[in-house]
Amino acid sequence: MRILVCVKRVPLTGGKMVLTADEQALETRHLGFTISPHEECGVEEAVRLVEHHGGEITVLTLGPPEAEEQIRETLAIGADRGILLADGGEEWDPQATAAAIVTTIETEQAAGGEFDLIVFGNESADSGNYQVGIRVAHALSRPVVTGLKGLSVEDGRARCEQEVAGGRDVYVVPLPAVVTVLEGINLPRYPSVPAKLRARQKPVERISPERPSARLEKLRLVVPPGQGKQAEILGQGPDAAPAVVEVMRELGVA
Amino acid sequence: MTVLVLVEHDGGAVDELSLQALTFARSLGEPEVMLVGGADAVERLDVATAHVAEDERLALYAPGAWASALGEVIDRVAPAAVVAAGTNRGNEVLAHLAARRDLPLAANCTAVVAENSAGGAGAEGGGLLTVTRVRWGGSLLEEARVHSQLPLLSVAPHALPAAVGEGAPAVERFAPAVDDADLLVRVAEHVDEVTAGISLAEAKVVVSGGRGVGSADGFGILEELAALLDAAVGCSRVVTSAGWRPHTDQVGQTGTKVSPDLYIACGISGATQHIAGCKGAKKILAINSDAEAPILANADYAVIGDLTAIVPAITAELRKARSP
Repeated sequence: MRILVCVKRVPLTGGKMVLTADEQALETRHLGFTISPHEECGVEEAVRLVEHHGGEITVLTLGPPEAEEQIRETLAIGADRGILLADGGEEWDPQATAAAIVTTIETEQAAGGEFDLIVFGNESADSGNYQVGIRVAHALSRPVVTGLKGLSVEDGRARCEQEVAGGRDVYVVPLPAVVTVLEGINLPRYPSVPAKLRARQKPVERISPERPSARLEKLRLVVPPGQGKQAEILGQGPDAAPAVVEVMRELGVA
Repeated sequence: MTVLVLVEHDGGAVDELSLQALTFARSLGEPEVMLVGGADAVERLDVATAHVAEDERLALYAPGAWASALGEVIDRVAPAAVVAAGTNRGNEVLAHLAARRDLPLAANCTAVVAENSAGGAGAEGGGLLTVTRVRWGGSLLEEARVHSQLPLLSVAPHALPAAVGEGAPAVERFAPAVDDADLLVRVAEHVDEVTAGISLAEAKVVVSGGRGVGSADGFGILEELAALLDAAVGCSRVVTSAGWRPHTDQVGQTGTKVSPDLYIACGISGATQHIAGCKGAKKILAINSDAEAPILANADYAVIGDLTAIVPAITAELRKARSP
């Protein structure tokens, strides 16, 4: 199988949201970065499919030059090569993001053949636009199934499972297809140290696309009210138990 | 101006989140609704017109076909905006429509303003909409301008009250032109799964554990307390990543969103990822060894100290209080 996984670099936000002075971004000077959780599971899912069926995994990201770090993480758990669409540090809206991904996929497919499966996270942790995968699928005229908690491939078809009220909905679609996955579809593995070293040798191609003007134009970010409550301290250690039970009584849950 | 709202239902009743979307739509204009099937579900809706797509092939959900049906109504009604609930299906159908028509989609909005509404023109006069939308699962908001003649907006769950009021909408049934491509992605099978115990999403009390619980076995004392309170056991993302608990127990932005009367956070530092999942709780009790942990800025009550001593002490105190 030839699989493409699209991932996004996002900050590890910790306990509090702090904005930059221009209110355009999170203040990330003191934060680490990671792969957005659903996409981390998307990479793991691709690795499992290739372990089972054979094939090759390409990982694509649109992000700052530093996002190579996140591509290397995916190469360390089993992806074969990376493509970094290096932006200028500004955010791209979902239409522009999808268009840049589509252009790259078309170039890749012309050179190396069709991707049997293109994997996205259901929504990114930061901007949460819920649409890039669907837009890409539409541009490529491929079926797309979203929000997967289960995926298997057999005889050129993908069996896709969603968790819904009371059970699971199952879709069966022909490949090539696009899927978007949710965290919980698998438990991603940790890379071994030798695998991390090998990942340094794997190829990462860099492309610098032009950013078109945004049609969903971010004006500013706002920290919602409600952060910064001060908890009433009921006590220290096990001696606080009677006070806790009293609170439970007041709330009618004891 | 007319705002078209995609309304979801279960055959009998309209989905609560769709009623919230209707409230949102009213802030913009006069809503008309579209449903796929469910002509009987419209009674509760205080709108003038309900467009009902009827086709037996749509008995099972097919996002492309829903988008086609919605597109037909758009072409007929020429609304100034299209609104859906920010559910899996609402977001998915709007995204299909957005992709087909190359339109922007603002997902999970909490508010909308027509920029030149002061002049009375609103979006209809070619003005732009400014929305407030949810980021980071609600830990951050974004104000954004939608550059579109037909803004597509989904509404963040529980951001607004549900629309109330009885109506007797004119029901306009139609058979949407659905082709095979629209039906390529369609629910093929529904597998029923009965989950044992109290559901996390509906529990009145949730006893939740984080890194501070220390191990999978460490959850034993949380389970004991939960059993006494008829509570569900939850956990943070660190715990599921470590494999201590299944992902179905995870409370957070990428897990389950809970809204119990009491949420007991044991050994949970309070990362925004986690708070996004538990801030719907009426009250939060944090049990943490670190009095400076971010969870305390999101909690109503706190006990400082070692949870392995505190949790069993609460369990014992509850038992004592209940014994005659």
